[in-house]
Amino acid sequence: MTDVLTLTLNGEKREFATPADGRLSVMGLLTELGLDMRKVAVERNEEIVPRSSYMETWLASGDQLEIVHFIGGG
Amino acid sequence: MDQVTTTADDTWTVAGRTFHSRLIVGTGRYKDLEETGAAIVASGAEIVTVAVRRVNLSDPKAPMLQDYVDPKKFTYLPNTAGCFTANEAVRTLRLAREAGGWNLVKLEVLGPPPLLYPDMQGTFEAAEALIKDGFEVMVYCADDPLAAKRLQDMGCVAIMPLGAPIGSGLGLQNPAMLTMMMEHITVPFLVDAGVGTASDAAIAMELGCTAVLMNSAIAHAKDPILMAQAMKHAIEAGRLAYRAGRMPRRMGADPSSPLSGLIR
Repeated sequence: MTDVLTLTLNGEKREFATPADGRLSVMGLLTELGLDMRKVAVERNEEIVPRSSYMETWLASGDQLEIVHFIGGG
Repeated sequence: MDQVTTTADDTWTVAGRTFHSRLIVGTGRYKDLEETGAAIVASGAEIVTVAVRRVNLSDPKAPMLQDYVDPKKFTYLPNTAGCFTANEAVRTLRLAREAGGWNLVKLEVLGPPPLLYPDMQGTFEAAEALIKDGFEVMVYCADDPLAAKRLQDMGCVAIMPLGAPIGSGLGLQNPAMLTMMMEHITVPFLVDAGVGTASDAAIAMELGCTAVLMNSAIAHAKDPILMAQAMKHAIEAGRLAYRAGRMPRRMGADPSSPLSGLIR
């Protein structure tokens, strides 16, 4: 079991300490990042992660995540 | 009072959703989010276009659009601005669907600057992929009658040609072509780029467009809030004039005052 998780978030490599129970979920990651879950959407390795499965979607080293939100546009 | 009632009843429907306002406004290019929110309220718009972008992870508490433009009060219409392939457009809008929970979207696949002209080849591919994936696609397109008809036949729910390049503010450069296109389109038909000031919006509505989509004309006015109000009135005036039916043009005068009973 590694204690560091390497993820690519919005194109940037970031390292996260593995939580005590050994696993980090999308929910856990968003909480750690301080993001409001109701205002973002998440894609993991080019697949949408539905909001309803944030809690049981476990992340693994090497995962590529896109975290997006709505901004002003025409 | 009849007039008011008639205007209130004059709704339009896209993909099963009914709206009163015939003005759709973008939420980009404002000074700040506060001005964005105020201009949108002043415009009376019920639908606003929004873009989908990466969250700035170094500033997770930065104010977000939803804090100023309530998604419960306004229908968010996510766009694909910045997408150049069908795959990018589909991924972007799948994320938008997850973030917002709806499938009504604005597709735009653009060519390079300085024209940002609609790339119709890319637009066809993306429209096909999006419709297959269950999206209801309002599509930005060239003022090309054949392309518009093809997009409608593919299942696009609204056809939205440009009146002039995006952000140019040149006004409608193609009123005759827009009129000819409309004859073959049965889904909502919107002018989606080129409006510069209120009279441009009125002209689009007088031509018989279902609605008008604009962003820069409001956001880049010296006073965006005032211009938003001007656009609201222009859209309503143009729509009423279209419904009223203009008088025929004639080459010569036709006096408004009677010629009989003149003093001699």
